[in-house]
Amino acid sequence: MTTSIATTASSVSGETLAGGTLPGTLAGNTAGTPDGGAGLPPGASVRRPNRSLLHGLLTNKKAMVGAAILFVFIALALLAPVLYPDNPSKITGMASQEPDAEFWLGTTAKGQDVLALTIHGARSSLLVGLTVGFASTFIGILVGLASAYFGKFIDEALSLTTNVFLLLPGLPLLVILAAFLPPGLGTVVLVLVVTGWAGSARVLRSQALSIRSKDFVAAAVVTGERPLRIMFREILPNMASIVMGTLLACIIYGIGAQAGLEFLGLGDVSTVSWGNNLYWAGNEGALLTGSWWVFIPSGLCIALVAFSLSLINYAVDEVTNPRLRKIQVRKIQVRKIKNTKPARKPSKPGKRASA
Amino acid sequence: MRFILRRLGFYLIAFWVSITLNFLLPRFMPGDPVSRMFARTQDRMQPEQIEALRKLLGVDDRPIWEQYVDYLHNMVTGQMGVSISRFPTPVTEVIASQVGWTLLLGGTALVIAAVVGNLLGILAAWRRGGAIDSALPPFLIFIGSFPYFWLAMGALYLFGVTLGWFPIRHAFSDTIEPSFSWEFVSDVGMHLVLPALTIVLVSVGGWMLGMRNTMIATNAEDYITMAEAKGLRPGRIMFRYAARNAMLPSVTSFGMSLGFVVGGALLTEVVFAYPGVGYQLLNAVQGLDYPLMQGLFLTITAAVLLANFLVDILYVRLDPRVRAN
Repeated sequence: MTTSIATTASSVSGETLAGGTLPGTLAGNTAGTPDGGAGLPPGASVRRPNRSLLHGLLTNKKAMVGAAILFVFIALALLAPVLYPDNPSKITGMASQEPDAEFWLGTTAKGQDVLALTIHGARSSLLVGLTVGFASTFIGILVGLASAYFGKFIDEALSLTTNVFLLLPGLPLLVILAAFLPPGLGTVVLVLVVTGWAGSARVLRSQALSIRSKDFVAAAVVTGERPLRIMFREILPNMASIVMGTLLACIIYGIGAQAGLEFLGLGDVSTVSWGNNLYWAGNEGALLTGSWWVFIPSGLCIALVAFSLSLINYAVDEVTNPRLRKIQVRKIQVRKIKNTKPARKPSKPGKRASA
Repeated sequence: MRFILRRLGFYLIAFWVSITLNFLLPRFMPGDPVSRMFARTQDRMQPEQIEALRKLLGVDDRPIWEQYVDYLHNMVTGQMGVSISRFPTPVTEVIASQVGWTLLLGGTALVIAAVVGNLLGILAAWRRGGAIDSALPPFLIFIGSFPYFWLAMGALYLFGVTLGWFPIRHAFSDTIEPSFSWEFVSDVGMHLVLPALTIVLVSVGGWMLGMRNTMIATNAEDYITMAEAKGLRPGRIMFRYAARNAMLPSVTSFGMSLGFVVGGALLTEVVFAYPGVGYQLLNAVQGLDYPLMQGLFLTITAAVLLANFLVDILYVRLDPRVRAN
């Protein structure tokens, strides 16, 4: 079988797409799920991994910092109509004003308030990012679970589809699709899901496969549980951490790819979003005329949101992957080896000299 | 051998899917591309152009399967039609004139990023918790969080416009005739620095983290402890024992990236107006040049598939487990 190659390939494929990295898929999926409650009755085995994951995240510093940043942006997006009830694209000031007391982030070449554009931009960017993230992960879960549970022909067919979609170059496909479809927010979401689901399906399938071969799944099959119940109540809860990592990576991909698409002018130019803000900034030559204040805020916001999601993703890895957590053990081992070396020194003078 | 044939079959299927996608898109999408083009170009189109477009987009009255067979035959034999925006240059000629620049830019950036990233990953995993391991990954993740085109435009503004260290657009100066002189080569090199550096900056983190995580797993293997116990030099253990065995995933991703080099540098080429395949693709999209658009997409896909196939062959050589299967 070819799975060993393809699995490793999938974990790195995503990074070339959006230009960012997918830390979760790089670090986490090589290790199995750390759950020990495989043989427990369904009720108990469903709860345990989730609760320990949540508890681990709540005590993890990276996760809390990430969640705090994310919370600020979600709050800003929700409060945008209260903070700036006017249409953010409305021309309110002079053209290309530097940041001052009235316009905290200055104005664009058209005279729009940059701060209002940035805060309103959060709505569309977060909405598209979250929608794309949840939709691609959901498709990934369906395909991955069906592949792993049914196996044989269904697995072959689904894997083939997944691999083909993984191989088709993402950004060019995105551009072509966006060119043929009528412009609009729905198109952007559709195009991003079409190009984004395969990565998550591939990761989730390999994880589901390893759980499928566990005894408690075999027991569930023998007791005559329905396939859907086994897939969603027995297998899925045991891969909660991978699902979470995939979801976060997909959201990061969604936000980044939307911005890229809109920057190229292939999104819906009439909506206010971070990508469109940057498109207009580029179009109006904001950098060439030195208006850095038009250009910096939207990019920084995208970066901060992506960074906060990456932080949470890393925390999920640290909590669930014991190899990345136990740094102490390795250090002690190294010290022990170092301590033994001087003792050996006199017995092998020749070898030491060469070192 | 069985493995190779299996993979070859898979790539052929993938290629067939992308051709079919190309065939179906203009025919089944809402919004008719032909009328969009007519509206845009008004009467400036010549009869030959209209004829070429009708044929390509299937605006003739033949049954769809007949068109499909025709289309498949044309694509496989490399007849991609005539470019609309650069009429009457054939699509293949337009692509051929641009693919070299893309390969130069993408190849340079990929090699630098892969070598530097893997070395950093090896060092970080070897000195777990050391300076490289604790300081660099968070920094690179933070850099990687920025939208790529945003960083590229920032670099363009800072080093190109404000400081004036590097040229801000195109692959070489208009004043110099392309030739194999030192003057021309160094000019191309200067134009390459900013685009390549920005790609390296955002992609090096992925290489480093990937290598680091595999290295950590490898370092826990018994044969590493054994090598330490034998008293081998640390450098030898690090590169010949640990890194060598941790390289395999990096080889795979190198192959994948090699394929994506052809299409992946789209944003870079757009920001720096670098005359490559990606820049041309966006121009084709904006100019509604559908034949060129489809030709470029097929070329990019073919490159990705070919690179992956080559890596598969290399894999059989590198990993005995694949041969055993």
